[in-house]
Amino acid sequence: MKTIIQLHEVEKQFGQQTVIPPLSLAIAEGEFLTLLGPSGCGKTTLLRMIAGFEQPTSGEILLDGQPISQVPPYKRDMNMVFQHYALFPHMTVEENILFGLKMKKVPAAEQQHRLEEVLQLTRLGELRRRMPRQLSGGQQQRVAIARAIINNPKVLLLDEPLGALDYQLRKNLQLELKNLQKNLGITFIYVTHDQEEAMAMSDRIAVMNRGVIEQLGTPQEIYLRPKSLFVATFIGENNLFRHRDAILAVRPEKVKVYKMASGGEQPRRTGRIADIVFLGSLRKIFIQLEAEETTVLAHENGDADPVWQIGERVGLGWAAEDEVTLPC
Amino acid sequence: MLSRTRWLSVPALLWLAFFFLIPLLLVIALSFLERGTYGQVVYAFTLNNYSRIADPLYGEVLLETLAVSLLTTFLTLLIGYPLAYHIARLERGWQHTWLLLVMMPFWINFLVRSYAWVVILRSQGVINTLLLSLGLIDQPLSLLYNSAAVLLGMVYALLPFMVLPVYVSLEQLDRRKLEAAYDLGASPWRAFWHITLPLTKSGVVTGSILVFVSSIGMFVVPDVMGGAKSALIGNVIQNQFLSARDWPFGSALSIVLMLLSVMLIFLYFRAIRVQEREGREER
Ligand SMILES: Nc1ncnc2c1ncn2[C@@H]1O[C@H](COP(=O)(O)OP(=O)(O)OP(=O)(O)O)[C@@H](O)[C@H]1O
Ligand SMILES: [Mg+2]
Repeated sequence: MKTIIQLHEVEKQFGQQTVIPPLSLAIAEGEFLTLLGPSGCGKTTLLRMIAGFEQPTSGEILLDGQPISQVPPYKRDMNMVFQHYALFPHMTVEENILFGLKMKKVPAAEQQHRLEEVLQLTRLGELRRRMPRQLSGGQQQRVAIARAIINNPKVLLLDEPLGALDYQLRKNLQLELKNLQKNLGITFIYVTHDQEEAMAMSDRIAVMNRGVIEQLGTPQEIYLRPKSLFVATFIGENNLFRHRDAILAVRPEKVKVYKMASGGEQPRRTGRIADIVFLGSLRKIFIQLEAEETTVLAHENGDADPVWQIGERVGLGWAAEDEVTLPC
Repeated sequence: MLSRTRWLSVPALLWLAFFFLIPLLLVIALSFLERGTYGQVVYAFTLNNYSRIADPLYGEVLLETLAVSLLTTFLTLLIGYPLAYHIARLERGWQHTWLLLVMMPFWINFLVRSYAWVVILRSQGVINTLLLSLGLIDQPLSLLYNSAAVLLGMVYALLPFMVLPVYVSLEQLDRRKLEAAYDLGASPWRAFWHITLPLTKSGVVTGSILVFVSSIGMFVVPDVMGGAKSALIGNVIQNQFLSARDWPFGSALSIVLMLLSVMLIFLYFRAIRVQEREGREER
């Protein structure tokens, strides 16, 4: 697969503070890559360097093999969907969407043609004459996306585009965006701190922590084979056990809870049921270990009959292939 | 609760009544009275003061005043906008320094400042002396007592009224909107034209009205820097109250001037709104 964006030892400092230590990353054409990390870890900064709004302190960014540090943002063949949309308040939806084509002096007939296409794609046809302040958050969101994709950029940069929306709308737009990306074949670089969102949409996820990419891989790799403690705890829920001078991580859905009386398998740990939380599709069972100061979480099917009593003594087990060994 | 908060606005209303409404009513009343032989006010109703304004002499002065005021507004905008833009892009600390410099002349008496220009511009003034001693000219240039000098004085005096509101609107401009424009392929100049300028229009409008209204009633600058030839309507009114001692006529002139300003501002607002609407339907 062809590499479209290459970050080579890119570093960013603000004053004395190093926000991003030298970082290298190759992004393939047509890929949906997500930058995932806690607030303040440098996701926006990285995206802004790619877009050209920040200059790297050192290192080079290549677009299609060409270094672009000397190329101003308005000449880079990529578009950005901003964290807070940044729609132009004095223009209608239509004018907002057409702005990029107008700046590139695309012939009027083609402008119209592409406008209709994009309006249909984003289902904004009926809102075309509205001003941004007359739109709901989700509608503004769609305008911001339409305004970017009408330019047919090689790369689309999205900075937490769904951050301000409620859960239901988020879910819907996640699917829409993913379909859009597949249909248009545009490379997406997507920033979020919502891991569920990252899982649902990405081809690859780069998990960031303090400006460093801790792990880069498919959602499955990230979830099932975390390479560091940070990744193991940041993505999904995890149980951590001390094991000699390493740490074992086991996902709650892999932990089995046994009745102590039932014999059979030798339990790996023993403890007492501390709490049970019913969440609809699953039941969370918290077990206070006897030997360690640790509470273990196990998931159980929500429709299984509840059999556990608070305070009951139980055994815990899991398959060897489900445990992940992490360096301390 | 409501009645209690309503009391809060009483001081402001009293203030308005005392310093704005009552004087205005007095001036309106005065304009319908007669002038006695010795300049005293005679309490008899007349429309004479208004019919006197129809004299072409006053019409000419009025037109001249409007022209100078419009030109002043235009020039302050031309100089003030880039200045405000420059200040808004500086670092915080420097912004304060520059704003202080812009406002500094306010601390010095207006009359003194106008005479300072006389010292600079007159035939034995700073500029002429310098040019003469450098041998660049052999006759002093007449830089003072003409319309250009009046214009210079007005622009100088009223520039802060343009710079401050424009600066405020530039300050409030969301930088991310500009970045979005760059991102969509707008060069800095086009981003300024399509985004910055429209989004700071409120500052331009406020500044223009402040400058225009102030210059239309200006009499110190034409008096000091314009000499006898370039009297504006402000000077005529001032004369009615001081040397001619014809308060009723002076009042009538003020009222007409005020109505004219209000009308122009109204037209200005309408023009902007129409332009906005056309901007929307264009394309
Ligand atoms: N212009 C700037 N000047 C100084 N420090 C900055 C600047 N921009 C960002 N930073 C710092 O860089 C760090 C990373 O910021 P960044 O905005 O990239 O985080 P983020 O991962 O996007 O966070 P969030 O999820 O909250 O948006 C933060 O510590 C921030 O304070
Ligand atoms: Mg951010």
